Amino acid sequence: MSDPAGYRLPAPGTQPPYDAPDYGSTRRRHPTRPLLRVPHTPTEVSAPRMDPARYPPHADLSKLEGREGLGERIIVAGRVLDEEGRPVRGAMVEVWQANAAGRYHHPGDTHDAPLDPNFRGQGRVFADAEGRYRFTTIRPGAYPWRNHHNAWRPVHIHFSLFGAGFAQRLITQMYFPGDPLLPLDPIFNSIPDPAARQRLVARFDLDVTEPEWALGYRFDIVLRGREATPMEDAA
Amino acid sequence: MSAATPSQTAGPYWHLIDFPEWADLLREDGPNAGLAGERILLTGRVTDGDGAPCPDVMVELWQAGPDGEYGGAFHGFGRCATDAEGRFRFVTLRPGPVRGRGNAVQAPHVTLSLFARGLLRQLVTRLYFAGEPLNETDPVLSAAEPERRATLIAQPAGGGEWRLDIRLQGEGETVFLEV
Repeated sequence: MSDPAGYRLPAPGTQPPYDAPDYGSTRRRHPTRPLLRVPHTPTEVSAPRMDPARYPPHADLSKLEGREGLGERIIVAGRVLDEEGRPVRGAMVEVWQANAAGRYHHPGDTHDAPLDPNFRGQGRVFADAEGRYRFTTIRPGAYPWRNHHNAWRPVHIHFSLFGAGFAQRLITQMYFPGDPLLPLDPIFNSIPDPAARQRLVARFDLDVTEPEWALGYRFDIVLRGREATPMEDAA
Repeated sequence: MSAATPSQTAGPYWHLIDFPEWADLLREDGPNAGLAGERILLTGRVTDGDGAPCPDVMVELWQAGPDGEYGGAFHGFGRCATDAEGRFRFVTLRPGPVRGRGNAVQAPHVTLSLFARGLLRQLVTRLYFAGEPLNETDPVLSAAEPERRATLIAQPAGGGEWRLDIRLQGEGETVFLEV
């Protein structure tokens, strides 16, 4: 049997480094030795099949047991594609976020902002055959994080994605357009390439927006693509 | 063609997607209930460059089944939050040897990915099993510097437990993989 085609390494500057001095938590957590390059084998090109029957979808974060959370209701929709523009069908998308006041439903969050008993901030959806996903939530708030003097995280939603290959596994954050905190944020700005950085900013989309209901934002996610098919597979 | 979306840290509040039962791949109502194989515990402790425990790490596991296959009956995915001492613990079946590139055979191994505050991208490593004869010819173990190879090899701790500590930085730094 021939070797599987591996996944391409990221284009230079499009992914953040492990050592980002402006983001204090990286200081004692980044490896100092070079990573060991591993040619891709079935270990890297296979991935868990996340079956919605076992991992039930939860696409409406805006209410809990039928009760509405407080804040601005929004819809987030987009496509999960690979670098060739092909849909990653069935991709599992997990999301988590702070509430409208900028507080996480998490014991570690001690920010002096109210918890919302009707907002938990966790969801799970699956991409369809065209790679499309969609969920409804509450627009999160900004919050302080002590990285440096007067540090505030820009408004964001955390995304976790499972693709068709383990090498495609991605955790990232979606930001909102026009946020004045973006130019000040060491996490967002850890990505060297400004164009790559901007791909983390969702765009307002009137087509996703629902009249008399909620504003819509579009956020497309691109997972790594595969290298050219190995020669022995060529016709 | 457009380049892949950049990674960002999972941050300190990722536990909103922690489902503690996922750390037990053999759970009664889980996808592997009743499958035959050698039941093992995989445990370890994650520490930082100061040797301090990392209590907020999401460790994800990906492995083949006892038959060495990824797409077979065994669902080889797990997730575990490290505790206050930086410890993780998975219950699973020991994987079989996995096909490698060319005619190579890879020694039985488990892939561990770490996501956390302070990690802008995941760190990926592998856990191998001490005493496994195939370790001698495994392509990844062979590519690691000999003096650091031990950071990839779990040691038996009795009762089916295999232990491998993960050091993010400094002396005894784990060999992390670029996948």
